[in-house]
This record gives sequence, C-alpha cells and structure tokens, in this order.
Amino acid sequence: MSTPEPKDAFGAKFGMWLFLFTELILFSGLFILYAVYLAKYPKEFASAGQQLSVPFGAVNTLVLLTSSLFVAMATTSIQRGQKKLTEWLLAGTAFSAVIFMVNKYFEWSAKFHHGIYPDAPGLKELPQGEQIFYGLYFATTGLHGLHVLIGLALFLYVWGTVRSEKVHAEDYGLLENSGLYWHLVDLIWIFIFPLYYLVL
Amino acid sequence: MSQPASASTDSSRGYLASSGKGPALFEWIFSTDHKRIGLLYLWCITTFFLMGVVLGLLIRLELIAPGPTIMNAQTYNAVFTLHGVIMIFLFIVPGIPAIFGNLFMPIQIGANDVAFPRLNLLSWWCYIIGALTAVTALFSGGGPPDTGWTFYVPFSTMTQSNVSMATVAVFILGFSSILTGINFVVTVHRLRTKGMTWRRLPLFVWALYATAWIQVLATPILGITVLLVFLERFVGVGLFDAAKGGDPVMYQHLFWIYSHPAVYIMILPGMGVISEVLPVFARKRVFGYWAIAMSGLAIAGAGSLVWGHHMFASGMSDMAVLVFSFLTFIVAIPSAIKVFNWVATLYKGSITLAPPMLFSLAFIILFSIGGLQGLLLGAAATDIHVHDTYFVVSHFHFVMFGGTGFGFFAALHYWFPKMFGRMYNATAATTAWVFMVSGFLVLYLSMAVVGLQGMPRRYYDYLPEFTNLNVSATVGSWILGAGLALMFANLLVGLFRGGPAPANPWKAATLEWTLSSPLPAENFEEEVEVTEGPYEFHEVKPS
Repeated sequence: MSTPEPKDAFGAKFGMWLFLFTELILFSGLFILYAVYLAKYPKEFASAGQQLSVPFGAVNTLVLLTSSLFVAMATTSIQRGQKKLTEWLLAGTAFSAVIFMVNKYFEWSAKFHHGIYPDAPGLKELPQGEQIFYGLYFATTGLHGLHVLIGLALFLYVWGTVRSEKVHAEDYGLLENSGLYWHLVDLIWIFIFPLYYLVL
Repeated sequence: MSQPASASTDSSRGYLASSGKGPALFEWIFSTDHKRIGLLYLWCITTFFLMGVVLGLLIRLELIAPGPTIMNAQTYNAVFTLHGVIMIFLFIVPGIPAIFGNLFMPIQIGANDVAFPRLNLLSWWCYIIGALTAVTALFSGGGPPDTGWTFYVPFSTMTQSNVSMATVAVFILGFSSILTGINFVVTVHRLRTKGMTWRRLPLFVWALYATAWIQVLATPILGITVLLVFLERFVGVGLFDAAKGGDPVMYQHLFWIYSHPAVYIMILPGMGVISEVLPVFARKRVFGYWAIAMSGLAIAGAGSLVWGHHMFASGMSDMAVLVFSFLTFIVAIPSAIKVFNWVATLYKGSITLAPPMLFSLAFIILFSIGGLQGLLLGAAATDIHVHDTYFVVSHFHFVMFGGTGFGFFAALHYWFPKMFGRMYNATAATTAWVFMVSGFLVLYLSMAVVGLQGMPRRYYDYLPEFTNLNVSATVGSWILGAGLALMFANLLVGLFRGGPAPANPWKAATLEWTLSSPLPAENFEEEVEVTEGPYEFHEVKPS
C-alpha cells in the first residue's frame, strides 16, 4: 500500500465543490421541468401556487438561513480553537434541520388532509396544470427534504468528531466541507421558496 | 513478442503479492490501492462484458430466421434490454476509466494514488452493489425489465416487469460513475508530480480528464430522471404522465441530456488509449498533441448540446430539429480532428504491427465508419427514413463496440504485461484480431444494409425478404464470438503460463513503463521529476 500522503485540504474542498455541482444538476432536472410546465400551464400554476402556505415556507426559509449562519460561525470558531462553542453551533444547525423537517411534516400533512398528494383521487379532478404543479411540488420539496435529513445525520457525525477532537483547529476540512453542503441545501431552498410560494 | 525478461522484471509479483495477513479476498475488496481497485474492476467488468456478449449472441441466434426460433417474444424483449443495460452501464461507461484509468492514470502523472483513495473504493462498492441490484432485477418482481436500456415512458411506468429495481441499479451505478469522475478531476489537478505540466500530460490522461468532467456534469441528470420514473411507478407523481398533464417527451429530453454526453463518456477514454498506443508503435511523437488534447474537451463540451438528435421523430419543433441537427454536425469536427491527427502520427512512422497496434488501427477504421453513419443520422431528413431501424443499431455498435470495445482490447493488450508481469502469445492475439474484425464487419454491415432496407430495430419478427441479411449478420456474430473467445483464452493462458514480461516491452516513454512489471506495491519510492513530454522516443532522431 502507498504511504499516507499529507492531507490536501484544498484538494478535498475542490472535490466537495465538484460534488456540489452534481447536486445542483440533480435538482436542475426538476427546475427544467418546472420551467417547461410553467410555460405550458401559467394559469393553473398560479392558482395552485396560491394554495401553498407562505407562512410555512417563510418560517422554513428563516430556519434554514439561520442554520447556515450557525455552520458558518462554527467554521470560524473551530479555527479559533473554541471547541465548546463549535459544538453548540453544530448542535444548533442539527436542531434547525429538525425544526425544518417538523415544519415540513405539518405542511405536507395539511396538504394530505385536503386530499392533495400524488395519485390522490381528488387530485385527478383538478385541471392538469395543477396536478403537475403538485407533482413537482412534492417531488422537489421531497428531494430537498431528503437532503435536509442527510445534512442532519452529517452534522450529528461532525458534532461527534469535534467532541472527540478528530476535527480541530488544525484540521477542520470535514466541518468546512459539511458546511458547504449545508449552504447548498440552503441555496436550493432559496430557489424553491420563491418559485413555488411567492412568484405565482 | 517473446522478449527476455530484464533485470527489472519483478519476480516478487509487486502489487499482486499477498501480504499474508487476513483473508486474501479482503486484501482486495477492502484495498484502497488504486492498482488493486483497477484490477477488481477488470475482473468484474470483463465478467459482465462476457454476459453481455452471450446475450447479444442469443439475440442474433433468435433473429437468424423469421418467427420464433429459440425464445418467445417476452423473453426476447428482456434479453435485448439486458444486453443493453449490461453493456452500457456495466461495461462501456465504467470500462476503460475504471480499469485502466485507475491502474495507470495516477502512475502516468507520477502520483502514488488517486486524490481520494477511500472514495475510490466506495466507487467500486457502488459499482458492485449497483450491478448486483441489476442482476437481482432479473429474477425478482414481475420478471426481467423489457423496456430497452432507454426506459422510455409511458411503457416503463406501466410495464409489470421489474423496471423499478433496474432504475435503482442505474441510480447507484450513476453514483459510482460520479465519484470516479470527481476523484479523477481532483487527481489530475492536484497530484501531478514535479515537471508534469499540462503540456506533458499523456493524452490518455487528457482523455480521462475530459471524460471525468462529463461524468460529473451529466450523470446527475440521469439520476433525477430514473428517480422520477421510480417515483412515477411507486406514488404516481405524474410528471411524465399525459393523463395528469405531464409530457412524455420531457422524459426523452432529460434522458438524452445525460445519455448523449454519456456516449462521449464511453468513447473518449477509448480515444485516449489509441492516442497512447499509436505513437509508441509508430516510434514517432504524436502529431498534433494540443489538437488531440483540446478536441477531447471540445467533444465533451459540444457533445452536451446535441441530445435532441435522438428525438427527431418524437415531436419537436422544426426549429429545434434544425438546431440540434446543426450542432450534431459540429461535434463531428473534433472527432475528425482526432482521426486526422492519428493518421498523421502514423505517416512515415516506423510501424510495428503488434496486437495493441492492430486493435488501435481497427478502432480508427471502425470508428470512422460509425462516425460517418452518425452524420447520416444527424441529418434530420435522412434520420426520418432510418430512425429506429437496424441502421441505428449498426451505427451504435460501430462507434461503441468498434470504437470503445476495440479501444478496450487495445488497452488490454498494451498494458497486460504491466498489469500481470507476463506476456501473452502475440500470434494468437493477431489471429483473434483477424476473426474479430472480419466477424464485426459481416455482422454490423449486414445490419446497416438491412436497416436501410427498412427493418425496424428491437422487433422480434421480420418480413421474409430480410432473411438473407439477418442470416449473414448472425453468421458474422459467430465469427466475432469465436474471435472474442480466442482472444480471452489467449489472455488467460498468458496470465497463468505466459513468459515473464520485461519492464518496458514496447519501449514506451510514459511513466508506468519506468516501473517494474508487474507494478510494484508502492508506485514511486521517491518523487519523480519529469523533464520531457510523454512521446519522446530516444532512439528516434528529432527531425
């Protein structure tokens, strides 16, 4: 086996950025469909978009932005060697992810309660454009929610590595790259929120 | 090609030797050494290739006569789907980068491993899990998938066969491909040794670099597309379902946004191999180094903009057809630049017709035929005539099998001594090559003609007037199959009984040939410094 190379923090970050591109492109498939179907059914998209709850969306936007702030602060505090503060900030990030998912759970439940879920019998009565809107809504926010859950697991793990001092002031690439991932999850939501909740 | 073993031949078997600790299998399947991972891929991918070959031979045997011959129609649909899925996702896409890229790319740039060795191992595990999922899909659920490798909706969302599991398999395999791509891009950027400037990079590395970018940028689109098919089947989300306002043609767009660039993922590494082999066996510096390197990037870029040419008959606006047709012609330019530069490399060279060279020459000719067929298909008017006929099947096999497949065989014969430290029998390899090329031409030229006559592809049955050409295609498949059998048998004999290989049997100038055969466990004991390009052959006087 080859000897361990010295850690290449720049290389790791480079790899992470490439991975973030792949994530963006994964979501871009759904955004392409959104663009095409919006052009095809502008009226139906508008009327279905009115049904989404802006308060739910706004609260989640706020929660995610705050959690992104926590991660950014954690990245700084670990570099300053403030271990305890870093742990708290990471816990705050993970907690925000939980709040986001709880909020999402209530939002989706309300929709389900109104008989709006994929393949619902009531949904088929609606105009085709609205069916497509809800299909996109569930697919996009569902995939995004999955990313939030992955982020949650990731930050619990990072929290553990900070506690056990595997991640410390000299070697914090894992934390920083996890932060990059979290900012991406945040960024995608920043596009989802206006496209689905606001502009229609 | 039997040369005496030199002092540098490693009798301790280098990286192949077991350390003797723990089960021998674990030393391989949990190894993060890029060379071992490359060999793991070699065995797995070759196994799936042989499975795909057998399925292909069965398809041809079924089509030797009109009407049912050896299987029923449903089995036939499953067999051609499997042939496609296995050959595309388990052989051609990962083939050259995962095997030869892993084995030799780090060494060619003077590195001791790839940038992320553990990620590399994860890629292999994703490949294996994805492959096993694909195989499981055959024997579970509602029977083997019968949609063709393209999973077109609405059929793929309605069929009772086990498409869901197949799409999961494709998703996981996509992960494997993306992770390898990320790894290779970072490796090329970060781990080049001292003096290994971008203008001294072997062209194989350039090709892998371009490929890796496409893998990173295109594969996620396939991911979301098959994910949506999966969601459609399980929860009926309706994004491609016309009854719910969706547009099935959008599926085709998304599918081809990945799958057209994917054919360049498949062909570019093959082109890289050829660019490596030709100068070595012509004893001449490669002609147009920058033209070859940059045309690879140009293919990667322009190839991402032409997906619509798969859909001329699917219902697009005339304007879209015109634009996609035009862009398709643009891609032909960098491909042709490569072919002309290869031929110019041969010009006035001192050519040795060793097996790797023969396979490379076959690549150039077969790929050129396939490329010209591609222009017929890229022109919208002729495409309407030949769309979905055997002409398309012929074209695809000329570029993919004649191109990438023969590039793979060239790589196998070129690097075999370096991988295993043994030589194969060159006469047997040449004989196999004769069989393969002649069988190939009989098989796929028959398909081209029968396609021009109007025989549709994927059909189980055909009109009696197509019988003669189908018989000749099937006979061609036997000749080709015999050639393949001979080639692999010869390599296996070489693997176990071949004479020891010298460190540099071909007198090549890239870094892997400065190491012992088989490769040592540790690539470079100390950092190497590169002072000249990869194609400076010193017995040749500079002109």
